[in-house]
Amino acid sequence: MRKGKELIFDLGKEGRVGFSLPEDEFSDMNIEDEIPADYLRKEEPALPEVSELEAVRHFTELSTRNHGVDSGFYPLGSCTMKYNAKVNEDVVRYSGFTNTHPLQPEGMVQGNLELIYDMDRKLSEITGMDRFTMQPAAGAHGELTGLMIIKSYLKKQGATEKTEVIVPDSAHGTNPASASMVGFKVVEVKSNKKGLVDIDALKEVVSEKTAGLMLTNPNTLGLFEEDITEMAEIVHDVGGLLYYDGANANAIMGKSRPGDMGFDVIHLNLHKTFGTPHGGGGPGSGPVGVKEELVEFLPKPLVEKEEDKYYFNYDMPNSIGKVRSYYGNFGVVVKAYAYLLALGAKGVERVSEDAVLNANYLKEKLKEYYELPYDRVCKHEFVLSGKRQKEGKVATLDIAKRLLDFEVHPPTIYFPLIVEEALMVEPTETETVETLNQFIDTMIQIAKEAEENPEVVQKAPHNTVVSRLDEATAARKPKLRWKSEE
Amino acid sequence: MFPYLPHTKEEREELLAGIGIDSIDELFTDIPDEVKLERELDLGQPLSELEIKRRMEELSGKNQDLSEYTSFLGAGFYDHYIPSVVDHILLRSEFYTAYTPYQPEISQGYLQAIFEYQTMICELTGLDVANASMYDGASATAEAALMSTAVKRRRKEIVVSTTVSPEIREVLVTYCSAADLVLKEVDFNQGVTDHDKLKEVITEETASVIVQNPNFFGQLEDLAQLADLAHDVDALFVVVADPISLAILEAPGNLGADIVVGEGQGLGNPQSFGGPHFGFFATTKRNMRRIPGRVVGETVDDEGNRGFVLTLQTREQHIRRERATSNICSNQALNALAATVYLTLMGKKGLKEVAKQSLKKAHYAAERIAKLDGYELAFDGPFFKEFAIKTEASVSEINQELLEDKIVGGYDLGNDYSQLSNTMLLAVTEKRTKEEVDKLAKRLEGIK
Repeated sequence: MRKGKELIFDLGKEGRVGFSLPEDEFSDMNIEDEIPADYLRKEEPALPEVSELEAVRHFTELSTRNHGVDSGFYPLGSCTMKYNAKVNEDVVRYSGFTNTHPLQPEGMVQGNLELIYDMDRKLSEITGMDRFTMQPAAGAHGELTGLMIIKSYLKKQGATEKTEVIVPDSAHGTNPASASMVGFKVVEVKSNKKGLVDIDALKEVVSEKTAGLMLTNPNTLGLFEEDITEMAEIVHDVGGLLYYDGANANAIMGKSRPGDMGFDVIHLNLHKTFGTPHGGGGPGSGPVGVKEELVEFLPKPLVEKEEDKYYFNYDMPNSIGKVRSYYGNFGVVVKAYAYLLALGAKGVERVSEDAVLNANYLKEKLKEYYELPYDRVCKHEFVLSGKRQKEGKVATLDIAKRLLDFEVHPPTIYFPLIVEEALMVEPTETETVETLNQFIDTMIQIAKEAEENPEVVQKAPHNTVVSRLDEATAARKPKLRWKSEE
Repeated sequence: MFPYLPHTKEEREELLAGIGIDSIDELFTDIPDEVKLERELDLGQPLSELEIKRRMEELSGKNQDLSEYTSFLGAGFYDHYIPSVVDHILLRSEFYTAYTPYQPEISQGYLQAIFEYQTMICELTGLDVANASMYDGASATAEAALMSTAVKRRRKEIVVSTTVSPEIREVLVTYCSAADLVLKEVDFNQGVTDHDKLKEVITEETASVIVQNPNFFGQLEDLAQLADLAHDVDALFVVVADPISLAILEAPGNLGADIVVGEGQGLGNPQSFGGPHFGFFATTKRNMRRIPGRVVGETVDDEGNRGFVLTLQTREQHIRRERATSNICSNQALNALAATVYLTLMGKKGLKEVAKQSLKKAHYAAERIAKLDGYELAFDGPFFKEFAIKTEASVSEINQELLEDKIVGGYDLGNDYSQLSNTMLLAVTEKRTKEEVDKLAKRLEGIK
């Protein structure tokens, strides 16, 4: 089973080619006559020299050494690894979408503008916000954009004393990282015994310095922040704004809207909630939505409609500017748009219902075998603790690695930070009862192994192409590229 | 009814029973009444797959796409040929339905592909370390500016040439303003960065000097000299590069660049109305631990087999939180994979051929058009695959007329540079033919 795989640079022969291009029509022209010698490359880059089939076999073999949603269950908490509909991959490849240049005149790209405009309206309806920008390329990029908007808004208000952003101790790491990129000081607020933001602790850290509160709801424990309206009031009372991290929006569509909870700025992750593939780490898309009073600060341009013509509005003097070139990851927006067409209002609500149903089912069936630190109704995900197994010398990491032997991608582990030996499970709505039951059986089996035969768990995985990798050495003596002389 | 939602009515009841409750509503009792949505969303009826395709065909059909035109529009995004193999590999669902390779044992395929990508970017840029990708060229440039202030602690000033793409500079302005950095611009002379003005602008406070090569006008900058000027004040030298050009132009890393970034679209990614593409980011070994984003490293498993892992993670947001080198989490992995497949197929010879043919065709076009009455080259310096041409008629008028002949003309530089009104930026890639260039020239001749 175990085997290494040669690098693309180990394959091929000098002079072998994998490309075909039309004949050079200007073979009598010399680039040396056009470009000063100092500017020309002296040594060729060591790119591969392989045939087309060699290239295809290489990347096909690499793909077989990888697990995706189509390969098997992927309950990676906080990432919403739902099924990625194939029709979306087809429609995004329509020539009208792929073969348009961002600088073509508006009259030539009315279909693209209509799609962006329509998507804005759909996302606004789902979330209760007023306007959306599609420019941010990912969730974290959306956070950065949202915080820039908050900063610009406060600056216009003359509220220069507002320099602090409050973030719960259960928050995603991107929240504090984004806040500090915008020059805000990060203030942490503790969670209470119920796993929710502690209202008294919040009151203590809120002050006239508070620029905003970043919140995920349901939070990273999968629990709905029941006191959300009170929290919004506390922050709004001192002139701060509420930022909604939409990573967990899959739990509440058609049930509750951030805009109605008091949030002023939100981002959504189209690659989580709206079914676009994660691509092995991207491209994602992180549209940012705001309430009316913040629309003027959105990145420019916004798409507007006049009669039946769509156009880009650049006349936004208070805009924070651009956070990415042009209109964001447009192709990802196309796929998410097709996804929403497939579901309609009823389907969108059903998505959240089934996501929550599946998570609660797994939680109930597993809590006997693993510790459940917060035993109450959860939303689309829940967090177990491997504490009990840890006492028996089997760490959560071991449990995760053992799951690999069953062709299951493990849950998110060691996050959120406030749960010891955390295992964050998010099944999503697209999995069958059979898959859920299979996962339950596997988790129970691993819990038993941890007691009866811990070694099999500690030494897992047993069936993967490589065994556990030495990450410490990789970080201490980084080898980040191949070199020809080696 | 919903092919993505598998549960039957009976199964839902079975699951509810398993939880020990009677209705779905009981799972939502934690949402307070005052924030509960008591109506159906206004999102319309669900559509069948056939109807989805019809609607999307309708939208796509409302665009006039470049497959029906001959395009000379570039300005940062280019019509380079994409071999068929690229998309076939991208459609391997083990790649596109995966997420960030957090579990290396079942992600060796992607991790190795990223390692190969990092190697190729290092080879092209002449630098030691590349990350796994950024959102686009513009945000990669902004992250380079932020990184330079982390390397040159307490320096709060970024200097950028106005020959850097206006789109990139706009993103740079946004990031710098949010991070309370001072951004200074340096004007150009004869289509390239004005060295004397640069000398006036840089100070001991300058964290980095950012230039683009080939620059926004297609002109080649004297990188070695610019690097010296930046290094004279101990600032980092950042180069925004066109990756295709690096097949024939000297690697910026060999000319003094400390960071090389750029837009990777031209490497196997369609123009796609501006995204998704990817930005590449490379730097020197010395600044390795300051690099933003994911990085893959080689290591071994328990049994000594070669394997790959995400590494240097203590720089990243999920570990370091507010002290991370950047907030980036999701990147543009699949677009970087497209580039890896593209660079593999094109290889040493093919990439050079693409660069050479683009350069030659652009030079033929420039010469041909400059000979026409009412047209002259805006700048005399050496250029790669784009050039600026001064026109008598306005650029928008010319473009309007060209469209009638199914030609998409160049970008109007007057939009961004007041001194360059009636100046058109034309891009010529290897996909254009002599015949198409002749047709363009002939058509231009008739417009005065």
